[in-house]
Amino acid sequence: MYSEKVMDHFMNPRNVGEIENADGVGEVGNAKCGDIMKIYLKIENDIIKDAKFKTFGCGAAVATSSMATELVIGKTIDEALKITNKAVAEALDGLPPVKMHCSNLAEEGIKAAIEDYLKKTGRLSKECESEVCGRRCDDLHHHLDEEDDD
Amino acid sequence: MDNRIIYLDHAATTPVKPEVLEEMLPYFTNKFGNASSIYSIGRESKKAIEEARERVAKASGAMPREIFFTGSGSEADNWAIKGVAYANKAKGNHIITTAIEHHAVLHTCQYLESDGFEVTYLPVDENGLVSPEQVRKAIKPSTTLITIMFANNEIGTIQPIAEIGKIAKEHNIYFHTDAVQAVGNIPINVNELNVDLLSLSAHKFYGPKGVGALYIRKGVKITNFLHGGAQERGRRASTENVAGIVGLGKAIELATNNIEQYNKKLIELRDRTIEEITKKVPFVKLNGDRYKRLPGNVNFSFQFIEGESLLLMLDMKGIAASSGSACTSGSLDPSHVLLAIGLDHETAHGSLRITFGEENTHEDVDYLMEVLPAIVQRLREMSPLYEKVKRGN
Repeated sequence: MYSEKVMDHFMNPRNVGEIENADGVGEVGNAKCGDIMKIYLKIENDIIKDAKFKTFGCGAAVATSSMATELVIGKTIDEALKITNKAVAEALDGLPPVKMHCSNLAEEGIKAAIEDYLKKTGRLSKECESEVCGRRCDDLHHHLDEEDDD
Repeated sequence: MDNRIIYLDHAATTPVKPEVLEEMLPYFTNKFGNASSIYSIGRESKKAIEEARERVAKASGAMPREIFFTGSGSEADNWAIKGVAYANKAKGNHIITTAIEHHAVLHTCQYLESDGFEVTYLPVDENGLVSPEQVRKAIKPSTTLITIMFANNEIGTIQPIAEIGKIAKEHNIYFHTDAVQAVGNIPINVNELNVDLLSLSAHKFYGPKGVGALYIRKGVKITNFLHGGAQERGRRASTENVAGIVGLGKAIELATNNIEQYNKKLIELRDRTIEEITKKVPFVKLNGDRYKRLPGNVNFSFQFIEGESLLLMLDMKGIAASSGSACTSGSLDPSHVLLAIGLDHETAHGSLRITFGEENTHEDVDYLMEVLPAIVQRLREMSPLYEKVKRGN
């Protein structure tokens, strides 16, 4: 069901862990949906120097978290904000249709961590402006039915 | 690297026993006759089917003429529930069942609701048990059918079927039980249990897939489900799956002859596994009743981790098991059974079901216990939920 690359990133996930005094931390998902991703970023001069994650979730959730951290390291925050869930899935040689929603988690996790960084550096108001906050299960999973028909 | 596969998912399906396959094989080739044909190879097929029917009857305390072969356990459940509901519609439209039934029963009941029937889904306690008193209280003048599973496929809990059967009989209500997980694991006598209809499936007790049976007590008012030819005494159309039926007959005979010894072995493996997981892994919860459970069933929730991840890692170590997490069910919600026994979503997502069978040994449990605690720990180290708990300590 999973590509070799997904299995590799699941069995040997890159960048698992936490960063002490991280410049940006984002947590998305919730336990009810069965997946939570927490992402830590070390950022210097708007360039992501390091990224770590912790994920509660299925194989696809772990693999996309791992891949997302690999993709953002070395990028500027503007570049990182442009990484889409599709790009994460493609970098993993694809995900099964029912698992595509797991890749949203990675995209949102990175966005949330960068937003946290922007807030900390005073470039974003304390109120959350993106759709990432207050998200519910169905938001994350809302494409599932259509994907099932594939 | 060890290449052996340790199969711990016997509630999903079982391998066909060599003795069973051997009896089936001729019916694919030289004994291929249609059982409805009057010439000798047709009659031979007919005879083989009737012998299988006798074996099923003997294993369940029924009369051979009360056994009807079907294409699966799901078909037997569909037939029993829709058949009795529609045949007795003039008398009433109320059905009683439980919240933890197999989908073959739940979705059939939901279908009937969409067609004007009323269904009561009885809640279960934290161990997955329904009480006979609950059933009695749910009965209305319009109740025509009670359908309650014998043993649960996920958590293994065994229901008080005989007591419920007695209540059904007192109230003159038909009683169906989905015994797909029970047959071959628990000795069954339809008369002692006061069961009017009982579903079973061959591949759960070392028979082939694609064949099941429905016991229908003589006199039960039930409509046909499959219309067509006059097979199964005009009750179930379809050219008989002769090899499958022969396999079912042989498998049920072997299973019932050997049931005590088989149970003893499975209970040993089960109890040892429950004990060791409880001892060696922190933050776990046994799901289902500790004692009123299927001999081979172990079901645990591991806090802070997700079931599919656990299954994938076990699979990499050659262990095949199952989970009630949403990711493995193909839906957004975790198992309805785990939610019905009161688990929160998070705990339900982290469930693992191990079901032992014939070929499992203590060495398999040794190996499981060698790899499982480390896998759970590894996933927890990766989990943001565990992080919070560690910090709290």
